[in-house]
Amino acid sequence: MTDHLDDYMNAVARAMALPLEDAWRPAVRANLEVSLRLARLVDDFPLPDDVVSAAVYST
Amino acid sequence: MSETPVPMSAAEIAQAVSSRKITALAATEAALARIAAHDKVLNAFTDVTADRARARASAVDAAIAAGQPVGPLAGVPFAVKNLFDVQGLPTRAGSKINRDLPPSPRDATLIERMEAAGAVLVGALNMGEYAYDFTGENVHDGPSRNPHDPARMTGGSSGGSGSAVGGALVPIALGSDTNGSIRVPSSFCGTFGLKPTYGRLSRARSYPFVASLDHLGPLARSVKDLALAYDAMQGPDADDPACIVQSVEPTLPLLANDIGGLRVAIAGGYFQQNLFQEATEAVARVAKALGATRTVEIPEAARARAAAYIITTTEGAALHLDRLRKRPNDFDPAVRDRLIAGAMIPAVYVDKAQKFRRWYRAKVLELFQSVDVILAPATPCTAPRIGQASFTLDGVELPVRANIGIHTQPISFIGLPVVAVPVPLEPMPIGVQIIAAPWREDVALRVAYALEQMGVAAAPAPRGL
Repeated sequence: MTDHLDDYMNAVARAMALPLEDAWRPAVRANLEVSLRLARLVDDFPLPDDVVSAAVYST
Repeated sequence: MSETPVPMSAAEIAQAVSSRKITALAATEAALARIAAHDKVLNAFTDVTADRARARASAVDAAIAAGQPVGPLAGVPFAVKNLFDVQGLPTRAGSKINRDLPPSPRDATLIERMEAAGAVLVGALNMGEYAYDFTGENVHDGPSRNPHDPARMTGGSSGGSGSAVGGALVPIALGSDTNGSIRVPSSFCGTFGLKPTYGRLSRARSYPFVASLDHLGPLARSVKDLALAYDAMQGPDADDPACIVQSVEPTLPLLANDIGGLRVAIAGGYFQQNLFQEATEAVARVAKALGATRTVEIPEAARARAAAYIITTTEGAALHLDRLRKRPNDFDPAVRDRLIAGAMIPAVYVDKAQKFRRWYRAKVLELFQSVDVILAPATPCTAPRIGQASFTLDGVELPVRANIGIHTQPISFIGLPVVAVPVPLEPMPIGVQIIAAPWREDVALRVAYALEQMGVAAAPAPRGL
């Protein structure tokens, strides 16, 4: 049975031409679930609108 | 298991070679003999550059005979994680795919600087595939093995570096650290390891993983050797866009300076959770030796670890996107599946992670207005068994891979300098992070040196050979 996350994985894999074999799906999904949980933790943190990205970081 | 005698330190070799008590060639042959004798067990080396090493050592000896200066690392054998470019070798970075690359035309900057100081490269070292690893296991080359118990992990991703130095095959190895990959193997293998400030040491001609988090640095069996290597490698390099600011700031002359005036605190909260007893014991021993009683809270450390995780998985995915499309079956399946998942993370989360990084950095730097050094565990446990998938902590079963680096990630996330010091517990050593303010590697090294002089930190003789 698929759900929204499976649908999302299928759509992104198609859009990006990423391979996604059936045998890999459970592990990819498990990793994606962990990443999204951690991403939401970051997303929940209120940041000022004017904070600048630290894409290339030096002190 | 009995202890294997430890050969001379890098400092002792350099002194002996410079004063013509031994030749660089003899020191090199001794290292090659140790590798031949013990690497069947440790599997630390993927390439042994014996011919090159002998030629280089002979050149050092010739220079000495001619009365020319040879540098502070004269005749010292060293090895590098196999993501450093070594002239004549494809830079495999722990992968199968990269073995198809042409041989590197030139050495990495840090190899050039080590050899300019007289050191002798003897080979390249095993590592986790594309550095996306905390275990030291590798499906293509086999796992590197812990020098104190070969059934246990070395830690990753610089596992071969930890194994080679912990096993005393070479006195110095170079590794890389994106989320903990120098500090974790140092902890598991009982070595000293330095992850310098982000931007301090050039990464030119090394294979990247996460450019905004990647650091290179040395592992050694003593703080003096660590400082010798670090000092030899410092200096700006136009070939690394992140390494263009700092001038050379030698640390070796400062090691024995009194540390009595330094303000040392213990990281609380997040850094005192999810620990096995041995990690708690190691931090307590170090804190007691330093007279540290104050605890400081590093704010939002769990969120910092989460942000580092997101940046890592997405930047890693971006780096390997084309290889994921063209050669997915040539990856370690565990690495491939993490990278494919990373490619599916929406970009807005990555942007927020990078912005959070800026906020977090400012908050942590505020702490350094009232402390000079922060102590934290390097790993939550001593080295797990190779292949071990989970451990039970406080009655909760947790995955090993995901939890090995939880205490290192929030620190490298903002590029702070750290010396991982080995606390020689029985039966296995474990590391403690000595964390300093940006560009103050000297402070972390001084504290590590003091701990070594007190006997609290020491690289134990290998017992698994």
